[in-house]
Amino acid sequence: MTTTNAPQTQPPRAVRRLGDRLFAGSARGAGVLILLVLAGVAAFLVIDAVPALVAPAREVPGGRGVLPYVGPLLFGTVLAAAIALVVATPLGVAIALFLTHYAPRRLATGLAYVVDLLAAIPSIVYGFWGIVWLAPRLVPFYRWTEAHLGFLPFFAGPASVTGKTMFTAGLVLAVMVLPIITAISREVFAQVPTLHREAALALGATRWEMIRMAVLPYGRSGIIGGAMLGLGRALGETLAIALVLSVSAGTVTFNLISSTNPSTIAANIALQFPESSGIDVNTLIASGLALFLVTLAVNVIARAVVNRRADFSGAN
Amino acid sequence: MAKRIDISDLNIYYGDFRAVADVTVSIEPRSVTALIGPSGCGKSTFLRSINRMHEVLPGARVEGKVSMDGQDLYGPDVDPVDVRRQIGMVFQRPNPFPTMSIYDNVAAGIRLNARKMKKSDLDALVERSLQGANLWREVRDRLNRPASGLSGGQQQRLCIARAIAVEPDVLLMDEPASALDPISTLAIEDLMTEMKERFTIVIVTHNMQQAARVSEQTGFFNLSAAGQPGRLIEFNSTEKIFSNPDEKATEDYISGRFG
Ligand SMILES: Nc1ncnc2c1ncn2[C@@H]1O[C@H](COP(=O)(O)OP(=O)(O)OP(=O)(O)O)[C@@H](O)[C@H]1O
Ligand SMILES: [Mg+2]
Repeated sequence: MTTTNAPQTQPPRAVRRLGDRLFAGSARGAGVLILLVLAGVAAFLVIDAVPALVAPAREVPGGRGVLPYVGPLLFGTVLAAAIALVVATPLGVAIALFLTHYAPRRLATGLAYVVDLLAAIPSIVYGFWGIVWLAPRLVPFYRWTEAHLGFLPFFAGPASVTGKTMFTAGLVLAVMVLPIITAISREVFAQVPTLHREAALALGATRWEMIRMAVLPYGRSGIIGGAMLGLGRALGETLAIALVLSVSAGTVTFNLISSTNPSTIAANIALQFPESSGIDVNTLIASGLALFLVTLAVNVIARAVVNRRADFSGAN
Repeated sequence: MAKRIDISDLNIYYGDFRAVADVTVSIEPRSVTALIGPSGCGKSTFLRSINRMHEVLPGARVEGKVSMDGQDLYGPDVDPVDVRRQIGMVFQRPNPFPTMSIYDNVAAGIRLNARKMKKSDLDALVERSLQGANLWREVRDRLNRPASGLSGGQQQRLCIARAIAVEPDVLLMDEPASALDPISTLAIEDLMTEMKERFTIVIVTHNMQQAARVSEQTGFFNLSAAGQPGRLIEFNSTEKIFSNPDEKATEDYISGRFG
């Protein structure tokens, strides 16, 4: 330290180091690139979907126009993904809670490893598992639900004899997205500050009450984020659905246990594309556009849900 | 209502490491008891063993006896959850639930106790607790805003409001003012003086003047060497501790001639 400072003549100027500038530039470049790619994909989908949208209805596969073709597929996609999420989210959260707050340390590390491994299994393996192992074993269950819960539209029957139903497809998807939801929930639950957990315990909370007071609210946005990632995978899943779902074109039904089901967009594209040409391809691309828009909408909604209570997120 | 706490031959462990050894002491009801001593001598550990928060940590355990008005707190059929409902705690760092509003933070303990309460009664209790913690005037227009939007001192007083809302018998405070400015500190000290009419208060502090100002009894913890367990060296009236302590170590520590 010197005591004689030269009088300041120039106004202070923000100094930016070369490294900072390089990093800022490349980060910005990467961001722009992502947007460009996204815009490119969207433009491709729209441009190639247009011929199908303007074509006369009888030329489109099914002979009734694009909407009656894409509608049931979209319905099937959303239904299968919804079943998957309804099953997998509570289960994933429960497993994550068990891993972070109930299981002994040793067991938890082992199990967490297995869960991460599950996430890396390719979907075709899940598809095979679904059709070879799961579907036949669900047949008696479908018979039972038809007999006892047949008054509900979901179980109206007739029960499939192969087990290749919407319910089976939803369960296979659920097993596929479970590791994602579990892994992300586990991550956020493990990050809940000790301070908050002890605050609840010191008030006389039981372990479960502590989880409800401190852990779940804190992990809420993480749970939603995990569910959205899972939803993304479920909406786009192709092979597993193509294998385990017995479909008939144009069906729209909430009946989950019969062998007459709508297909999903991704599975339909995979199955139909090799034999398509001309306007058929454009129709498939239009269905792809629909899937793109749904995914976008889901993400926007999820973000809005998370942001609505951002003040209370614990992040500030 | 304020209750007395009797502790005998208390040894506190983290796994194999004995952090606190052979503490025997009685804490009087309707008074403030201060615990002082150098860093790492086991004050927090001791405090947390009184409301059975110590055993929350994996491997942490306690040997010896802690009783409150004759009831053994570590008895075989005593649920630690019940103990913690009777013995409230305020931590060194303010820890309101960030995901809850100010109102819900204060009401959290009451809702835990599953007492069904009319909305108006709960409103009154929340107001009373916030007033008790000297915070009501500052937050009454924003009870539904997140607690994380308060300043550090306000958050700490919110934590005090949350702790006293359930009317505990004993209130444990671990350096409640160490992260606060002098004005908030003074507010909390005044608060303790008011609150000791209703609760038994035990406070850990590194601030000698604070101990001298607020407490009736003072305990001095010390450890002979690193890795050795902390021990309660002297427990006496605050007046005696600060004017004419029995132990030389106490006098050295208080006059700053420590170590
Ligand atoms: N979670 C823990 N696991 C293992 N040892 C611990 C743990 N917490 C504290 N200890 C040890 O126990 C001893 C007492 O710690 P404690 O936090 O009770 O001290 P303290 O008197 O409160 O100190 P300070 O004034 O710095 O808060 C120290 O040796 C410390 O290293
Ligand atoms: Mg401490």
